[in-house]
Amino acid sequence: MEITLAHYLFVAAALFTIGVFGIFVNRKNVIIILMSIELVLLSVNINLVAFSAFLQNLDGQVFAMMVLTVAAAEAAVGLAILVTYFRNRGGIAVEDINQMRG
Amino acid sequence: MLAAIAFYVLAAVAIASAFGVIAARNPVHSVLFLILTFLNGAGLFVLLGAEFLAMLLIVVYVGAVAVLFLFVVMMLDVDFAELKQGFLSYLPIGAIVAVLLFGELLLVASAAMSARGAPIALAPAQPGEVTNAEALGRVLYTDYLLAFQMAGLVLFVAMVGAIVLTLRHRPGVKKQDIAAQVGRKRSEAVELKDVRPGQGLG
Repeated sequence: MEITLAHYLFVAAALFTIGVFGIFVNRKNVIIILMSIELVLLSVNINLVAFSAFLQNLDGQVFAMMVLTVAAAEAAVGLAILVTYFRNRGGIAVEDINQMRG
Repeated sequence: MLAAIAFYVLAAVAIASAFGVIAARNPVHSVLFLILTFLNGAGLFVLLGAEFLAMLLIVVYVGAVAVLFLFVVMMLDVDFAELKQGFLSYLPIGAIVAVLLFGELLLVASAAMSARGAPIALAPAQPGEVTNAEALGRVLYTDYLLAFQMAGLVLFVAMVGAIVLTLRHRPGVKKQDIAAQVGRKRSEAVELKDVRPGQGLG
């Protein structure tokens, strides 16, 4: 019943996959896509902390903190863009976001 | 033994609630599932001996990001049932990509494990008597000082960006203008009239 690094890697891989899957199946809902990105970042954090704990090196936890910072900033700016977009267009359907023709 | 049970429970609930995030019909439920996922992730961090990061995860994600998501979901008047359509049409390609990705990740993980042999046993990443927060602070404020400051800068720019994006000046709203209030001169406000007795100002 020893919990090894592989167990944590498995959990992180599952969360990462669910996050990517969520981006694919919820193609119309930007809010769920943002939440799926948060899931992906959480799985990355689990990987970093697991390696940090099993290799007895604190650097991984510092990097996890940086990922946390960037995730928080990304959520704030993403949701701000979403609110502005909703004000201008009256909806948040992803298919309609093609004004810039990118 | 107890740690193993805790790990399996936390991992199972984390994965199940992550499924809930992407499958829930109501986006408010999605946010609540997201909070549950993060709480279980924080539990996993505690199991790994990263208590400080676990508390940080709860404070930052559950306290700030999830609440922000909740606010936005409740503020925007969107027909989410309509957005949910197409879930089934994207399901096959999504499932194929997910299965491929998961298989690749497991392959990499198992290959790395077998190539390097079993990793060192789980132990706190900090030496001896030092707590996790103290050890993390020692590393963060010495080796990673520049990265730490850059993180602060990233947060600052994000804050300014979010404010700039969402701030709007509606016309016709009366507001207090402190500059105009303070900059008022006596000559503009008070006038001395020479009133003649018995006549008034007329």
